[in-house]
Amino acid sequence: MSWGFVLALGAAAYFIKLFGTVIIGQREMPLALQRCLFLIPAALLAGLITKDTFTTGHHIGVDARAAGLVVAVLATWRKAPFWLVILGGVGTTAIIRLFV
Amino acid sequence: MHYFRAPGARRIVSASLMVGVAFVIFGTSFGVLSVAAGASIAQTCVMSLFVFTGASQMSAVSVLASGGSVASAFGGAVLLAGRNAVYGLAMAPVIRESSFVTRLVGAQWVIDETTALTSAEPQENKRMTFWVSAPILYASWNIGTLIGALVGSNINPSDFGLDVAFPVMFTAMLAPHLATKTGRKAALFGGITTVVLAPFMPIGLPILVASLGMLFGLKPTTEAPVDVKTDGAP
Repeated sequence: MSWGFVLALGAAAYFIKLFGTVIIGQREMPLALQRCLFLIPAALLAGLITKDTFTTGHHIGVDARAAGLVVAVLATWRKAPFWLVILGGVGTTAIIRLFV
Repeated sequence: MHYFRAPGARRIVSASLMVGVAFVIFGTSFGVLSVAAGASIAQTCVMSLFVFTGASQMSAVSVLASGGSVASAFGGAVLLAGRNAVYGLAMAPVIRESSFVTRLVGAQWVIDETTALTSAEPQENKRMTFWVSAPILYASWNIGTLIGALVGSNINPSDFGLDVAFPVMFTAMLAPHLATKTGRKAALFGGITTVVLAPFMPIGLPILVASLGMLFGLKPTTEAPVDVKTDGAP
């Protein structure tokens, strides 16, 4: 990772925050735009989940990571505290890798 | 410190500390994964200090770790940070009375959780809530990051199943965004897109295509359109 990347991302993230709090001030943002901005995490986080679980580079496959994800999804659905979600998911994958 | 004698001050401090504990754990996970993805300890810590928005940081590290280009890692992270602009609109009245320099500092702290904690309080407590919770959460996230980066530089991530920590953490972060029908549609679109497109596109590009799921928001909805989503990470 380069320092340029780290600093550019820091600057961009700060500008976005500054935009809402200080720059546009009392003016309004179109509601449709606000709704779209709020949907980005749903689309991107779900995309990141499936990418990081079911793909390796350009290959699609199911391996020990899928079992970890299943445990994490169940734990999240049952409203487990998130440290348990992380431990359960990571632990499941680690244990399967030990024995398979 | 007149803040701490105000009604509700104790509740606000303890709520902030509870979220702070969560931030330390999430920050630690981020630190481990960032170092494992090739960032130095210093770069990892500077990212948490300057970027301070967890989903973006995790996304950037995830895309780089799987071999995506710098441009796609940057694009995904910036898109994820976009909602902070809307939070900023909600928080502007709370920060507005402060001096310009103080507002510049406060802007950096406008994230999911500070917005959620502040919005939950009655009008007379909002300013206090923001200025009490924000430094606590900022410190927690950065302390966690430092711990994680130090730990992470001494272990081999896949030995412990830590590579699956990415999707596991994203799962915890995604859950609150599935409360609405459009949120579920966008998630379904994103989740299918990245897998289906993986064989055909340069690594990192499918995740940008997944962001098109946001277009479900173009259609007016009867559900509360804009709501604060708390996921336990900044």
